Amino acid sequence: MSETPLEPSRRDFLKIAWAFFGGLALIETTGVFIAYLQPRLTEGEFGSIINAGLVDDFPLNSVTHISNGRFYIVRLGDGGFLAVYHRCTHLGCTVPWDPGAQKFICPCHNSQFDQQGTVENPPAPRPLDLFGVSITDGQINVDTGDLIERQTFETAQVVYP
Amino acid sequence: MTDEIPTPEQDSMLDRMRERLIPDGLPVDDRGRMRLVVDSLILHLHPTKVPVTAMNWTHSWGLGGLSALLMAVLGLTGVVLQNNYTPAAPQAYLDILEINSNVWFGELVRNLHHWSANLLIVVAVLHLIRVFATGAYRPPRELNWLVGVAMLLLVVAANFTGYLLPWDQLAFWAITVGTSIINYVPLIGNWMGKLILGGPEVGANTLLNFYSMHISLIPLMIFGLMMYHFWRVRKDGGLTLPKKLDQVDEPKVERVTTIPHLVRRELVFAIGAFSLLLIFAMLVPAPLEGIANPDISPNPAKAPWYFMGLQELLLHFHPLVGAIILPGLAILGIFLLPFFDINLNSVGIYFRSHRGRSLTLLGIGMALILTPLWVLLDEFVLHWSLWLPTWDTLLSNGLIPLAIVLVPIILLDEWTVRSFHADTEERVLFISTFLFTAFVVLTIIGIFFRGPGMALYWAWNMPAATH
Repeated sequence: MSETPLEPSRRDFLKIAWAFFGGLALIETTGVFIAYLQPRLTEGEFGSIINAGLVDDFPLNSVTHISNGRFYIVRLGDGGFLAVYHRCTHLGCTVPWDPGAQKFICPCHNSQFDQQGTVENPPAPRPLDLFGVSITDGQINVDTGDLIERQTFETAQVVYP
Repeated sequence: MTDEIPTPEQDSMLDRMRERLIPDGLPVDDRGRMRLVVDSLILHLHPTKVPVTAMNWTHSWGLGGLSALLMAVLGLTGVVLQNNYTPAAPQAYLDILEINSNVWFGELVRNLHHWSANLLIVVAVLHLIRVFATGAYRPPRELNWLVGVAMLLLVVAANFTGYLLPWDQLAFWAITVGTSIINYVPLIGNWMGKLILGGPEVGANTLLNFYSMHISLIPLMIFGLMMYHFWRVRKDGGLTLPKKLDQVDEPKVERVTTIPHLVRRELVFAIGAFSLLLIFAMLVPAPLEGIANPDISPNPAKAPWYFMGLQELLLHFHPLVGAIILPGLAILGIFLLPFFDINLNSVGIYFRSHRGRSLTLLGIGMALILTPLWVLLDEFVLHWSLWLPTWDTLLSNGLIPLAIVLVPIILLDEWTVRSFHADTEERVLFISTFLFTAFVVLTIIGIFFRGPGMALYWAWNMPAATH
């Protein structure tokens, strides 16, 4: 009884099996390391939900820095709220609000942003990032883990009490 | 039982200890000296005999040895600095103040560590230039070139991670600006940035991450590669031998014993270099500013000095081009050099040939003139993103400026071929010299000529930075 040679041969099959499971083990190990190194969050600190205060604390047309949350509460003229991340979208410097010029002016490379955070002067490539805002019972809560990158200012970004 | 067992004639304990350490006593003849090199763990990094010309001071400039010496100083000072340092914010900064004021010789040790680290970057780059200039990376030394470049990248990584540890304003913002570049890597940039920083921005987790990399993984890798690098030097037949211009025949090799000729030179050189370093560290304190404050960016905020050339590129190009594509291509080019520049005839001759020497000077000269002109042109005249507001900034601020830079380089290369009849190795020499000099000029502009708002100022008329 003559048998046709197995396809793939036993040798090839073992080679493929070793390569496959060896590769799998490597990917798994890499995954474990990356998961292990993931940033950890602490309740009440930057990265979690931070209470910015009461709606009535913020007058119309105002910009208030919330230092421990790394953001500005911007209250627009129509009463809407934005939580603007204070980090420049160019190279990460902290952008101070200039009340005289009514602009955010970055000290590092002179990027400028208006009250809504849109770029008025490059090199910043996009508007200042936002955080998700939720308002319940007059309390403003900002989720600093929920970073919103945007290309333009849209009215849908504004949250009303 | 009165018979006494005869005791062997015993040396004193000290003699027996010396006997263990150096069984044959100190060598008195060449044979003994060569034996000692072979038998010793450290000395046998060297061959028993070395060619006289390979020791020429003006051939290698002792740059590899100096790098190794600086690594040793960094290792020792680094280990003792750890005893007085906590990698936590804000304790890290208070610990540095304590080291500077209340620890015996603390400031000296910190200064030594700081200046050795910065000097090492300069010396390692000079070492690379020396190897490039004498064509010493050509076969069979390609692999050792790769190892060397990998070590240079690791040294920069070690320096960068160490830069954050004092946790002052200088450290905090240099690392903020430096790591923000990672976010521009396409697709995975944001994710990578978060992983490295241990969060969305530089903070307590970043300090711990960087500390851990700085004291364990990076030094371990550098140490391993160093040992391999030394071993390969011997495997590849030692240093290249210096050759004179137009020398056709292979250099005549006259050898002398490693002890004392080479070892004595190394010892004198190491002592001399360390003395100068020590004096410098005693006189010039390592910088330390106020404690890191995430709310206030200093103006200007600059990356560490060795990244200022890169930061200067960022002022002229879209970040994808300036921070990812151009540096990536440069590093790839340096890695690949020994695989397309393989003429073995000019190994050991500084700058290859008569024409090579002229082209080197020409490359340096052209870069010294063209780079500042280009910076001024791009700063004050060209405003592509304003002229082409509807175009994607990657085009208007990335690819168009890139073309403006590439065209003159291609023309220059064409020119060396037509007017100078340069061959492959001379063209490689010219372009590399030109690009490296341009990078140095950009770095100098970034360090000395950029002031508040990263605007251009004369270095001698620089307004004070605000913090």
